Amino acid sequence: MAASPIVEARGIHKHFGALHVLKGVDLVLAERELAFVIGPSGSGKSTLLRCLNRLEEPSSGSVVVDGVDLLDPRTDINHARQRIGMVFQSFNLYPHMTALGNVTLALRKVAGKSREEADALGHAALARVGLADRAGHTPGQLSGGQQQRVAIARAIALEPRVMLFDEPTSALDPELVGSVLGVMRDLRESGMAMVVVSHEMGFARNAADRVLFMDEGAIVEEGTPAAIFESPTQDRTRAFISQIQRH
Amino acid sequence: MSNWERFLETFFNAKVMAKYLPDILHGMLVTVELAALVIVSGIALGLALALLRSLGFRPVNLLIIFVVDLFRALPPLVIIVFIYFGLPAVNVSPSGFISTWLSLTLVLMAFSEEIFWAGITSIAKGQWEAARSTGLTYGQTLMNVVLPQALRLTIPPLTNRTIAITKGTALGTVVAVSEILGMASSAVSNSYNPSPLTLGALAYLILFFPMVVFGRWLETRMAWKR
Repeated sequence: MAASPIVEARGIHKHFGALHVLKGVDLVLAERELAFVIGPSGSGKSTLLRCLNRLEEPSSGSVVVDGVDLLDPRTDINHARQRIGMVFQSFNLYPHMTALGNVTLALRKVAGKSREEADALGHAALARVGLADRAGHTPGQLSGGQQQRVAIARAIALEPRVMLFDEPTSALDPELVGSVLGVMRDLRESGMAMVVVSHEMGFARNAADRVLFMDEGAIVEEGTPAAIFESPTQDRTRAFISQIQRH
Repeated sequence: MSNWERFLETFFNAKVMAKYLPDILHGMLVTVELAALVIVSGIALGLALALLRSLGFRPVNLLIIFVVDLFRALPPLVIIVFIYFGLPAVNVSPSGFISTWLSLTLVLMAFSEEIFWAGITSIAKGQWEAARSTGLTYGQTLMNVVLPQALRLTIPPLTNRTIAITKGTALGTVVAVSEILGMASSAVSNSYNPSPLTLGALAYLILFFPMVVFGRWLETRMAWKR
């Protein structure tokens, strides 16, 4: 019996004024699956990702995550978002709080944990990203890679059913990228369903189940990493792949 | 009598000073009360307006902006005189103390609203998005993530503005508030000697110099590494 998908987005359209940014995108993600989204800038990748937790309000279409219809007015979006972790390009850690404070804020305020419970879960989440010894540091005292791992800990501490990564390594110095990808790989191996928007093709090759190529607000082509990278069927995909592989 | 002695006699007359010291001390008490009331109510109202404005109801915001600009444009003395001499025409007769308190509160409210608002809007959108993505509500994000950061940014301008407006308590003298300047002026009329004004100036220094130092301390205390 096929399990029901963890994310089921259908016919997503998004307009920003006169701009038609998403033109009827479907994205279905199975449990434990990692979907990797590539495409030129302005293709709508990030917007699609942000529609999956309603940081961006789709103009039309449906988004169901873990059986919850996010666009239903009766849905408590704040409750639903606990189940959808998100990691941003620019980390967006709270600069006035320690690493532990960043991780425990939502545990206390949204999940309703006591300070003791939240601290225990927060320390566990920081340990998972290899930063057990940095709990008391503020973001300003951490490297970019460490900040991004704290941001991942902040999301996974809430035990999400799916994680959204929006170019998680694009703002990092090259030597710091590995540590973040390492954490993402561990997360992947633990069976977390993930949607990753990124340019880390090496990671896509050995960690993604499926690669989606987006251009001009639509999914042009999707398939296994091997299929997309080695033998794309669409000209636009081929052009994009050859362009990024030249670097 | 040498010039120097005449100078001392005029501005540092010990006998006059001793006689009017209790009056000046009483004036200090009134100034402190007035200042404390203005600071608490002005900043509280300013923050409340800024939070209300952050909800983004357009008609409400236009009203807030109008009120804020109005009280930033009017000289505080004009507002005091207007309330004290104008309101009795509609059968409301606030005392000089109330008129001064109300006026300076409105002015501090207006300026602090702008300062708080600038602080709130200066916080990066990513902070909101990160917090909302973990399920925090709008209000929780504002109170736990945005406001703590915004308040730190607002402290230097807010402190300076608060000191400037609080010193305006001296304007209460025109509507017969018995604060420091009022007491000192009447002491000058009664004694034909300006020494009470020296005492008054000293009293202002004693009150406001620590505030200036405190403001400076807060500025360094509130800076944090990014």
